[in-house]
Amino acid sequence: METSGEARAILTMTGIGKRFPGVRALDEVDFRLFPGEVHALMGENGAGKSTLIKVLTGVYDVDEGDIVLDGAPVRFTGPLQAQQAGVSTVYQEVNLCANLSVAENIHIGREPRRFGAIQWGELRRRSRHLLDGLGLDVDVSAPLGSLSLAVQQMVAIARAIDISAKVLILDEPTSSLDAGEVGQLFRVMRQLKGEGMAILFVSHFLDQVYEISDRMTVLRNGRRVGEYATRELSQLDLVSAMIGKELAALEELEEQPRRSLAALERDRPVVEAAGLGRNGAVAPFSLTIHRGEVVGLAGLLGSGRTEVARLLFGADRADAGALKVDGEPVNMRGPRTAMARDIAFCSENRRTEGLVAELTVRENIILALQAARGWSRPLPRRRQDELVDRYVKALRIVPANPEALVGQLSGGNQQKVLLARWLITEPRLLILDEPTRGIDVGAKAEIQRLVVTLSDGGMAVLFISAELEEVLRLSHKIAVLRDRRMVDELANDDEVTAERIMAIIASGNGTAPPEAPPGPHGPDVVVLGEEA
Amino acid sequence: MANVVRHRFFWPLLMLVVLLASNLIFTPDFFAVDVRQGHLYGSLVDIVRFGAPLILVSLGMTLVIATGGIDLSVGSVVAICGALACLRISELGDQNSVVGVLMAVGLALGLALLLGAWNGLLVAQVGIQPIIATLILMVAGRGLAQLITDGQIITVNSSPYKLIGGGYWLTVPFSILVALLVFGLALLLTRRTALGLLIESVGGNAEASRLAGIHARRIIFTGYVFAAFCAGVAGLMISSNVSSADGNNAGLWIELDAILAVVIGGTSLAGGRFSLGGTVLGALIIQTLTTTIYTIGIPPETTLLFKALVVTVVCLLQSPAFRAKVFGRRRKPPLPQPDREQPTKVEVPA
Repeated sequence: METSGEARAILTMTGIGKRFPGVRALDEVDFRLFPGEVHALMGENGAGKSTLIKVLTGVYDVDEGDIVLDGAPVRFTGPLQAQQAGVSTVYQEVNLCANLSVAENIHIGREPRRFGAIQWGELRRRSRHLLDGLGLDVDVSAPLGSLSLAVQQMVAIARAIDISAKVLILDEPTSSLDAGEVGQLFRVMRQLKGEGMAILFVSHFLDQVYEISDRMTVLRNGRRVGEYATRELSQLDLVSAMIGKELAALEELEEQPRRSLAALERDRPVVEAAGLGRNGAVAPFSLTIHRGEVVGLAGLLGSGRTEVARLLFGADRADAGALKVDGEPVNMRGPRTAMARDIAFCSENRRTEGLVAELTVRENIILALQAARGWSRPLPRRRQDELVDRYVKALRIVPANPEALVGQLSGGNQQKVLLARWLITEPRLLILDEPTRGIDVGAKAEIQRLVVTLSDGGMAVLFISAELEEVLRLSHKIAVLRDRRMVDELANDDEVTAERIMAIIASGNGTAPPEAPPGPHGPDVVVLGEEA
Repeated sequence: MANVVRHRFFWPLLMLVVLLASNLIFTPDFFAVDVRQGHLYGSLVDIVRFGAPLILVSLGMTLVIATGGIDLSVGSVVAICGALACLRISELGDQNSVVGVLMAVGLALGLALLLGAWNGLLVAQVGIQPIIATLILMVAGRGLAQLITDGQIITVNSSPYKLIGGGYWLTVPFSILVALLVFGLALLLTRRTALGLLIESVGGNAEASRLAGIHARRIIFTGYVFAAFCAGVAGLMISSNVSSADGNNAGLWIELDAILAVVIGGTSLAGGRFSLGGTVLGALIIQTLTTTIYTIGIPPETTLLFKALVVTVVCLLQSPAFRAKVFGRRRKPPLPQPDREQPTKVEVPA
């Protein structure tokens, strides 16, 4: 399917800029979409993919730049207008009505009527015709909710293309589908592509992107890194284009006199997971964390990093494998089992899984310790104040008022409160899931320093971060995840570089491909540097 | 002064005082309290005495609401417990036997605990929405109460049983003492132990609480058991006061008054922070309103409308957003400086 060159782009976006208070979400982004192609929009979390889609479909206003659809400049004021002009979007979460029938969902708001009354027979006939065209054999009278997610998604697509779409945007359509369902979706996508539809595809799954897309545009920090033909861009190049930045700067990381992994491994293991896994969350993995050791988890968003942490803490129950703490087999039945064995877990979702916004800083900090003591043995107020005071000072929580409501603190300070909650329980294994996400540079550095201090003091730390440099800087050992599978584990010595980890993330192959040189200035990477 | 206004009990207390004072216009000796035949007498005493069942039910409701739930079945539990206790006593050879009455009371309260456990099971373990889960017992419980009374009104003639709702002890109405005791115990249990904090945490964010190691389900379960227990005691009081059990009408709509009392007391229906003291104030406001309606002689056909109007005014005055809108502008010009701080601080729920 050759598309570029002779064909005329159906959609051209040039110099798109979008600002939010304090953030430049999109900066001079160009984007082209041709009829009859599947174009993948790639980038890490927060790179600007969603913003670009929302600007295109009129959810957000455009600050700068032009959008040309089918030769005519357009500026949509809302998704409905975009849809009428031929740009339809199907989101990750199917936003149709599960309780209505398939036929009703396809035609909702546009039912065929005679004298104001809906013609139900005609409605079903049209729906059946439409779905037949997509090669789907579905009972159009069945409630949408009774069908599999993949079929629901395709009903959403059917609805979208029925409203005369020229451009179809699929935002993370595969994230909740299994392999068979993905195949089904791809079959429909190929068919639509063959009919000349332009499809914009967003996915975090690299394999899927390589299977279905013809070209891709990579965004990073709100800027366009480049536009590539999928065949010509290796997975390694793609990952470095996505993560990018400071690749050369990584080399300048300060040398830390840290204990070697070999020395640490002579110490006793705190946690040993053997074949631990949970269906649909993460494939069975094995991981050993020693006393005083920082183990980093690297991988793209949705690669199963959080799932590993949740299994170790008992937030979710494993359905395979075994877990040992201090050499003793443990049946991890829930967070309390983990806490009884001195395991602590700071969730990446501070707001929904971490803090209780309407409680005070003090109450939030003592919560886990109090829960461990049980309701009948309240922590004496003097002791509370003492502990809270010490950690508010040590972690420099601002405002330094223990009676302030935690919901009113900034993100970085909330993170510190969450950290403090677990630190006062004196854990032996501290699991930190994205502890530095969304917080300012100063707080970030403080938390990184804290991790080093704690591990020097003998605490084992499982450190999860989307930022590779951070993982490299702090970890003694790095486990790499890809597509919900732990694909490699490597000691973080001088040999390990960001490129090597990217290569593993990209290829899913434990051994780094030969073309990736050990040094930081690998040719593949430099070629892909921002404006190179 | 500003501190007094900002105290969370300020508005409910003001409301209560205004309601009480308005009675003075119609009944000049409304505030008079005296001792007759060794018993405390007076309108104020009556308000607390007749308000005792509502106070009890509201206390239980407070904890359930604090966990983020609601219990609609308390009215039915009131009826069931009154019915069972009266049935057992009516079957006694000697209705004045203290042991027999105690056993009947114990049996009724035991059943209340069981009913609470049923609610708790449905909500915490099965995961049914609280409003639906307790609706089951709200409807079915009335039937259960009628089953116990066989559709009749059971009357008893037992002086030990009469004590609970209609008797006196040390010149004070016994029901007031019971309500005080339960209030004190609840306060002690929630504020002297960590239970209050854990309840507020679960109500504020159940998943975060679970991940912090709190037995969220167990806490929620306990809340429903406590609510049913309080309703059970209230049921004994109500049936004891009239020496009869009416499966149809005992505790009818008391759940709605209780929810109202909790809200007036400053506990959010969304769960989280709760105030038992506020709830008692709320229950007293509602009872005072009911009493006021009788004393000032509102025509019976308009009592519900009158009550609704007053409740609406009470709720509006409680709302910081409403107060800021109506009174905020008027207060600004004379005192610009202290007022500047107010908008940020008045946000604290009343």
